[in-house]
Amino acid sequence: MNGIHDMGGMDAFGKVVPDQRAFHAEWERRVFSLLNAVEAAGAWNIDQFRFGIERLPPEVYLTSSYFKRWHLMAELLLREGGYVSAAELAAGHAIGTPKPLPCGTMQAYQAVAETFISGAFGRPARHPAVFKVGDTVRTRNIHSASHTRLPRYARGHTGRIDNVIGCHVFPDANVTGADENPQWLYAVAFNARDLWGDDADSTVKVVINAFEPYLGPA
Amino acid sequence: MNGLHDMGGMDGFGTVVAPAREPPFHDVWEGRVMAISRALAATGLWNIDQGRYGIERLTPEIYLTSSYHRKWHLRTEALLLEAGLISAAELAAGHAQGPAKPLPRVMLRPDKVPATLVRGTYERPAPAPARFKAGATVRARNIHPASHTRLPRYARGRTGVVDRIYGCHVFPDSYVSGKGDDPQWLYAVRFEACELWGADADPTVTVLIDAFEPYLMSA
Amino acid sequence: MHDHDHHSELSEMQLRVKALETILTEKGYVDPAALDLIVEHYETKVGPHIGARVVAKAWAEPAFKRALLADASKAIAGLGLDTKVGDHLIAVENTPQLHNIIVCTLCSCYPWDVLGLPPTWYKSAPYRSRTVKDPRGVLADFGVTLPATTQIRVWDSTAETRYLVLPVRPAGTERLSQDELAARVTRDSMVGTGLVAA
Repeated sequence: MNGIHDMGGMDAFGKVVPDQRAFHAEWERRVFSLLNAVEAAGAWNIDQFRFGIERLPPEVYLTSSYFKRWHLMAELLLREGGYVSAAELAAGHAIGTPKPLPCGTMQAYQAVAETFISGAFGRPARHPAVFKVGDTVRTRNIHSASHTRLPRYARGHTGRIDNVIGCHVFPDANVTGADENPQWLYAVAFNARDLWGDDADSTVKVVINAFEPYLGPA
Repeated sequence: MNGLHDMGGMDGFGTVVAPAREPPFHDVWEGRVMAISRALAATGLWNIDQGRYGIERLTPEIYLTSSYHRKWHLRTEALLLEAGLISAAELAAGHAQGPAKPLPRVMLRPDKVPATLVRGTYERPAPAPARFKAGATVRARNIHPASHTRLPRYARGRTGVVDRIYGCHVFPDSYVSGKGDDPQWLYAVRFEACELWGADADPTVTVLIDAFEPYLMSA
Repeated sequence: MHDHDHHSELSEMQLRVKALETILTEKGYVDPAALDLIVEHYETKVGPHIGARVVAKAWAEPAFKRALLADASKAIAGLGLDTKVGDHLIAVENTPQLHNIIVCTLCSCYPWDVLGLPPTWYKSAPYRSRTVKDPRGVLADFGVTLPATTQIRVWDSTAETRYLVLPVRPAGTERLSQDELAARVTRDSMVGTGLVAA
């Protein structure tokens, strides 16, 4: 979706304020660990998690801190999944019989394996990669209403295949929860001038990770 | 600038809620905001594009969470502060604390109000012939000015057809700097929805924008 | 936004706007009497009744319709209205095969001279974001469904041109006077988010 989360190239957000702290309050630590545990238990996959954040109302997205967005997304997805009700969130306690999570409750001993190792998204390829390193490609001008990982600023532009990363779970399909539909994944390099016009810095290149369905011949 | 104001094609804002009846102003303050803004613009403090750019420059969070007239008010405060005509201390106190600076033109008096309420003309003599004819295929340039522009992001880099020629008009991208009209030819350019939004788009839909000649190139 | 927040904003805004008007008046930058006239103009003088009169005349008089579609500002200037209409007004005609709809994705450009101030929805993020991409979905929000074969033209007002839709005249209105016709023309039909009912 063309949501407020797709911020690449937007102006007026001001300067970057360096801040080295991972967490700013105790509740942020709890949100982080809680959501990792629930994800490991199968409440959602990575793309459903991201799409949940993208679906927050734009004014909520823009005025909420990073971990507040996580929390609001979790409330949304847990309600949609039937794991938690609005009444329970209001009461602050479980009411009634819980619906089991797909993978059960995550035990402490699993936490290290499940949470602290980034998931594996590589999958066997069903066909050879269409593009090779050095090929010139054009990103498609597509505007999916659902979750996609092709940013707006890179659509319809010409770039060069910088690296063939492998065949990976395709986010645009994985967000349905029903189909991983693995696709070849590339690193595609663009000259800043192709993205931002002739006034852009000629020394700058921008590299995105692009799945094969995002790309066409130049 | 690629600001939050450039909303064409964004998702996630929900459905349009349109009450059957609505007053021109929801509260007295909204009318005052609009009148103050019009009265100040009539003194030459800012032109139409400087006024728009003032709203575009509000911080994105403020832009998205403020009502329409609140945005106008915040813009007016910001432009007056930038011009040094009022101070933050005065805004906090709610009263003038220092002498007035001269305005570009005299203050708007009641007898001049009717004339200022008629929309001005933005057409100007053409410095050169129009480059494109009606029916010409053109491509909107992929430009990302840091300042004010009227070429929406969704149309950049897309190919369309000149639907009609509107004449030579004040060019917003220059006018915003306050350095003159810099007149440019203005066209209505027609894009197929599939060209803008991809092959899945509704084939019965076309979108037209008003595009100044510097926004366009031959396709 | 919750009612509670809205109420807080009103209170805050009443105070802020009052403060600004006071400062500007004390400094001799604005004349409150001039402000009163500006507010009065938009609250009582201009509104969709002007556009409705123009539409009714175009339906009833083919020569006026041709003039309106050729140069709306010029055609309306000849009507002797109480309020003047500025330059660069473009009238676009709806037909059973072609439906026009007006938006301003970048701000709030709207034909004030003939329709008055734009309604809140016209200036809202949902309308501005979706109309260029999903006009049929936006029309559905207004309860309007067009045949799937109808061509839709979305006009994004990105310059100082202003657009007025000339809606389709409903069948069975041949005997109505121009005043009776004008009474049927809605604001939404002149923006393209509505149809004139038969």
